[in-house]
Amino acid sequence: MLSFLARRSLHSLIVLFVMSFIIYVLIGLMPGDPVDLMISADPDITSEDAIRLRAIYGLDQPLWSRYLHWLGAALTRDFGYSRLYAQPVWDAIIPALGNTLGLLISSLTLALVIALPAGIFAATRPYSLSDYGINLAAFAGLSIPPFWLGILLILLFAVTLGWLPAGGTADAGGATALWERLQYLILPIASLTIAGVGGHTRYMRASMIETLRQDYIRTARAKGLSESRVVLGHALRNAMIPVVTVIALDLGVLFSGALITETVFAYPGMGKLIFDAIMGNDYNLALVGLLLATALTLIGNLLADIAYASLDPRISYAELDR
Amino acid sequence: MKSLWSYFFVGVLIFGLGVHSHQASAKSNLVIGITQYPATFHPNIDSMLAKSYVHGLSRRPITTTDASWKVICMLCETLPTLENGGAVLEKTPDGKDGIAVTYKILDAAKWGDGMPINVDDVIFTWEVGKHPKSGVSAQEGYRRILSIDQINDKTFTLHVDRRTFDYNDISSLNLLPAHIERAKFKDPAAYRTQTAFDTDANNLGLYMGPYIMATQKTGSHMVFERNPHWWGKKPAFEKITVRVIENTATLEANLLSGGVDMISGELGLSVDQALAFEKRHGKKFNITYMPGLIYEHIDLMLDNPILKDQKIRQALMYALDRKAISEQLFGGKQPVAHSSVNPLDWVFDEDVVTYPFDLAKANALLDEAGWSNKVKGIRMNAAGEPLRFDIMTTAGNRTRELVQQVLQSQWKAVGIDIRIKNEPARIFFGETVTKRKFDAMAMFAWISAPESVPLTTLHSDDIPTAGNNWAGQNYTGYRNPEMNALLEVIETELDRGKRVALWYKLQNIYATDLPALPLYFRANAFILPKWLSGLTPTGHQFPTTLWVEDWAATN
Repeated sequence: MLSFLARRSLHSLIVLFVMSFIIYVLIGLMPGDPVDLMISADPDITSEDAIRLRAIYGLDQPLWSRYLHWLGAALTRDFGYSRLYAQPVWDAIIPALGNTLGLLISSLTLALVIALPAGIFAATRPYSLSDYGINLAAFAGLSIPPFWLGILLILLFAVTLGWLPAGGTADAGGATALWERLQYLILPIASLTIAGVGGHTRYMRASMIETLRQDYIRTARAKGLSESRVVLGHALRNAMIPVVTVIALDLGVLFSGALITETVFAYPGMGKLIFDAIMGNDYNLALVGLLLATALTLIGNLLADIAYASLDPRISYAELDR
Repeated sequence: MKSLWSYFFVGVLIFGLGVHSHQASAKSNLVIGITQYPATFHPNIDSMLAKSYVHGLSRRPITTTDASWKVICMLCETLPTLENGGAVLEKTPDGKDGIAVTYKILDAAKWGDGMPINVDDVIFTWEVGKHPKSGVSAQEGYRRILSIDQINDKTFTLHVDRRTFDYNDISSLNLLPAHIERAKFKDPAAYRTQTAFDTDANNLGLYMGPYIMATQKTGSHMVFERNPHWWGKKPAFEKITVRVIENTATLEANLLSGGVDMISGELGLSVDQALAFEKRHGKKFNITYMPGLIYEHIDLMLDNPILKDQKIRQALMYALDRKAISEQLFGGKQPVAHSSVNPLDWVFDEDVVTYPFDLAKANALLDEAGWSNKVKGIRMNAAGEPLRFDIMTTAGNRTRELVQQVLQSQWKAVGIDIRIKNEPARIFFGETVTKRKFDAMAMFAWISAPESVPLTTLHSDDIPTAGNNWAGQNYTGYRNPEMNALLEVIETELDRGKRVALWYKLQNIYATDLPALPLYFRANAFILPKWLSGLTPTGHQFPTTLWVEDWAATN
């Protein structure tokens, strides 16, 4: 397993290196530069100022030269300075990353806690009234656009009932901060959880139904094992394999998926940070944010492979590495 | 089972009461909602409305423009003028016409850490401002200052290299605390990343307004508390929180739920959104609309062979019912523009050439211009080419897209075929407009200032080309020697009577030549709680927060 992890880490580093070049070039090829945006916001900037500012920000250099300069600095752990947030890139990313991870881990955990048992329950009673009920709820969760769901939750719990804040983050410090922070998290987590439950329930149900049709399940039942033992002891491990893939891939879309929720709830997270960086021509921030998303996708895939091997003893690390 | 339900309801009630406390903000605190977070807190690096707004709470310029559009002192004792002897005409060392202007900083003026504000701060700010590597974005104002004489700790004289009518307005010279920032400026090239405004933004010594910025969370909010060393009128609120909520639907929900007390007019809802909000919830709030200096217009590409013809440009104007657009879309809150000069500006010409809605005149002008044949309602010239233009604006800007559709239908009534071709803002402003890649019409806004000379947008030297590295903002390619001469002379005409005559001439040339089609001046919608008093919208670029000490909570 160690050699597998070492090889995959090396592959990941190569992918990240190639991606850093591709992303840098793509961002550089986008129309306009930060100075154009400054000019559009400040009529007092003269053409002389524009030339000077482009030199200060290194925008007068060719793209390849800027990339090499960035790469050289990045190798010394200096990922540059965010023009949009006026601080080193990591200082801008870390709080946003913390916010997004907090939001997404909570909502993913909650969604799985609800979806997996619901999917298993529905699969063990296919086409029954409870199965239809769970399916209906799952489709409803899948179909409601996240921004609309977010606004509905705000209208109900913030505007009508006045129980929770409509958006933003807590500004209190000290002992009261935890409870205040939690209040601000409830609605975004609920919104993401509702959206996530539907999909995961459907995957779990489909995968479990397929597994329960296998010969070894019939054998287990013929041996007289209880239904719960059959489902949880024999079917669940195999049924989890496709579900794990979906969860692992979810990590990759983590940042973009949270963008809408973060915007509706005015929550300063990674999705919004990357979006603003791209729209605001903040090369350094956009590049590191997108690389982080790439890294998460790679980590997600690695975790999925490890999970396959532990769920299915027939899968070996050597096979996964091929 | 019954008891279980009881526990559940009691739990919900406690939860409700507990969380409800967030909106019970006492009136000693004020929470303001805005839609943008400042990119930097440094006052002279990167201009941003959000930064001006929050700095209005915590900083004071030496001079500013008040709500009656007059230049006033904020950190100085008396506004220097030629009449009171504070300003004196002089020759520059190279023999040009210059001016010496003397200011005295208020004796009581102190930074938030108690250090007095003095001439050392002025000189340091000037040194940073003119240094080519400091990162200060607009340096022209600093470059024009040839030298600064220190008369005493509080008095200084600026020697400026030209005599402009706004010689005593130094609102762009935002003071930096030398006792904190000088150490950060040792390496000027690194200054923009080292400045205490971004590395130590809660340092009291950076502020000298009624409030200091106590805490902030990037992208989320900023909290301001009373400045212990503020020398002026004591502000009414102990704490002001400025929350940043970009999504306007969420911003409205926050206002309704008590998450914010007011929505700023400078950075809040657009007029159409505010009108819709007013219909639903108007009784609960004081909603004020203030026309401002944001000039919405359509730049015309004058290199386009059809638009080169002045008759076509004038016909385009006559075919538009801008008054009806303003009435129907903006409840009449956004005044129709006749040129880039705002009707609130003292140099506005009441008798400027105007284009009232007149279809007969529009049709006659188009016929005269050789576009008299109509095929399926679209005008054709003798060569059988259709009278067709592309109109471009920022995709996703709901208000502009709405106006665009009305313009399209109004022009269609006189046989002009309009194709809508919008782009995301960063492509539109980053490439299409700045590199003059639009074929016919580009709809956007200019942010102006009181008596702002439109030199960079109308002077022929400011037409962006590949040769000048796309510098300049005369995107239409407008060339008129008479306009050039006017633009050059207005700035240096000190006599108000003579200057206003020049302004009238400029407006009439603009309205006759029509390098751009004036649409309207955008208004700001201030949505305020009924209990808030003392907030006076200014209508110009200086925010209401500069007079925050006049705000109060009343019953």
